[in-house]
Amino acid sequence: MTGAWFDVAHMLAGGLVLLSLMLLYQDRMFALLNVFALHAVVLSLSVAWQAQVQHAPHLYITALIALGLKAMVIPVALRRIVVRLGIHRTIETVVGIGPTMLAGMGLVALSMVVMLKATAQADPLAREDLAFALSVVLLGLLMMVTRRNAVSQVVGFMSLENGMILAAAGAKGMPLVVEISIAFSVLIAFIVIGVFLFRIRERFDSVDVGALDAFRGERL
Amino acid sequence: MSPAELNPALDALSAVLVIPGSGAVVLALLPGYWLSARLNVLISFATLVAALSLLIERPAPGTFLFVDDLNVVFVVLTTFVAFTTSAFSASYIGHELEVGRLTPRYLRFYHAMYQTLMFAMNLGLLANNIGLMWVAVEFATLTTVLMVGIYRTHEAIEAAWKYFILGSVGIALALFGTILVYMAARPVLGEGQDAMVWTTLIKRSSGFSAELLNVAFVFLMLGYGTKVGLAPLHAWLPDAHAEGPTPISAVLSGLLLNVALYALLRFKMLLAGNSAAMAPGSLMVTMGLLSLIFAGFMLYRRRDIKRMFAYSSIEHMGLITFAFGMGGPLANFAGLLHMSMHSLTKSAIFFAVGHIAQAKGTQRMAAIRGLTESHPVLGWGLVLGVVAIAGLPPLGIFMSEFLIVSSTFARAPFLAILLVVGLLIAFGALLLRLTEVAFGEPTGSTAPIKASYVPLFAHLGLVLAAGIYLPAPLVVWFQTVARLLG
Repeated sequence: MTGAWFDVAHMLAGGLVLLSLMLLYQDRMFALLNVFALHAVVLSLSVAWQAQVQHAPHLYITALIALGLKAMVIPVALRRIVVRLGIHRTIETVVGIGPTMLAGMGLVALSMVVMLKATAQADPLAREDLAFALSVVLLGLLMMVTRRNAVSQVVGFMSLENGMILAAAGAKGMPLVVEISIAFSVLIAFIVIGVFLFRIRERFDSVDVGALDAFRGERL
Repeated sequence: MSPAELNPALDALSAVLVIPGSGAVVLALLPGYWLSARLNVLISFATLVAALSLLIERPAPGTFLFVDDLNVVFVVLTTFVAFTTSAFSASYIGHELEVGRLTPRYLRFYHAMYQTLMFAMNLGLLANNIGLMWVAVEFATLTTVLMVGIYRTHEAIEAAWKYFILGSVGIALALFGTILVYMAARPVLGEGQDAMVWTTLIKRSSGFSAELLNVAFVFLMLGYGTKVGLAPLHAWLPDAHAEGPTPISAVLSGLLLNVALYALLRFKMLLAGNSAAMAPGSLMVTMGLLSLIFAGFMLYRRRDIKRMFAYSSIEHMGLITFAFGMGGPLANFAGLLHMSMHSLTKSAIFFAVGHIAQAKGTQRMAAIRGLTESHPVLGWGLVLGVVAIAGLPPLGIFMSEFLIVSSTFARAPFLAILLVVGLLIAFGALLLRLTEVAFGEPTGSTAPIKASYVPLFAHLGLVLAAGIYLPAPLVVWFQTVARLLG
């Protein structure tokens, strides 16, 4: 493997982490969806690059799924849902942007430390890919925790899942990657349909304890 | 792939999967509730027969499916409880149709989903490929999400959504763990299929990178632990149990939690085979103990009867995880026994609770009083079930809890004290609620209800029998498995 191959893979995976951090501080719904679409485009480029490097043509299918579904269909669908639900003004964030960004940086540092130490024997490309993938996964989790809006939570989950696909594509020769990415697409389709059908605006563990008690049947 | 695998129609292993899989298709096409409810029972029974035949003759392991001493325990338990639950479901669902909570169209969907869930769970248990196992667990989660939301009430949809989001995060983390295991195995087993086949993984696990396995196990523990319902990650479980149809609560508590635990046990064995890796037990012991004590306290504040027993499931899954985390032949034996007893008892309790909620028209415990007077058979059935789940002698759970506590006392007295405290807290809460619900002046409707008592008392009879006398072949079988678990 030549240096240039490695650098491109590295740059794409790093770009994904950067975009994950950008997702954290978007406070407009449409901007959030745009950044997510870009996230999916970079993922599909990264997977396609892995397909080229590893001579694994089946990974192109995964890349195409990422490009078609997550960069185009889902953002468009979510945009329509956002308009329909009337939540296109702002996003509530439970924690302020400053602390969230600091926590995000902490998580990236953590995943670098953990993965680079744990994968000392693996080949360098896989190592860095895994470290970046873990960062994307943790940032996705962070986003799901800090957002209250159901649509932005879904975006958080999808960015988390992009991290999974990055890791799976980076694991050289891993079987079932295509199957797993299809399984995930089905999952996401379900989530989006759920949001749409049931008009879910916010996640349910609301800060309003009274509403929570009524839901749990404690105050009937 | 060998010729035997290409011609799968004949062996029992494929039958365990093919019967519920094709059954789901048939039930989806078949209109009419009466026929499909009975067909559902028949399909479940055929699956049970196929699973039992695995005890006698086992096909050789393939690249995708295999049977060994460990998973055959889970498969037999799953298919048995699935069969009895389908019998309970037939009478339960008939009542739901009469009162109009479900329409015939939803019932068709319900029956098809029931068999789909059985297919997914059996696939997860029999998978010889860690990727396939993950896909099967995800599939099982999705089907239960659909079933939990089937009443289409506000609460049911909220419960299904919460379950969905938390379950998805859980399975996503489990996938990351699975990828890391593959990365650890790849240098030893080479690229491709082999590095995900469990039977080859376990043989060669001593050569894997220990650090990678450690990180992988943390993710797997968090991921599959969410599905087991362990304490910091349990939030989906009570809602999903309380808002879905009761047969699904029984299957969730009795079976699906076990499937996730099974996945965890497989990876624990992988780590145990690598001397340089961390001891996975301590993580399981901590989370198990935390779940046990936390759920014990939470039991006191419950007002909804199904929600209360859901917390009791968290408590018992914690206890089982604790036992497997301690490890060693005795604790593993006790864990296996406790898992079987819990599955039988908890599903029996849900059978009783389902009919009780139908008779009284509510799940609020405050509105349910004096059951032993108004509905004697159901009331005493519930009393027996709760006495069993609280761990009183001479029932089976007493024996398994006693074994867990005594084996812990011998090795870690301090942990054993915490364990006993947790068990006593839960014991108090359960008996307190039981006396309120079962005795005193009856409230609410006292009209008799058409109920199926056979599944309820069949389970309780088995639990009682196991508490008094465990047949020697069963003991030998469980001991073999316990040794396998290390």
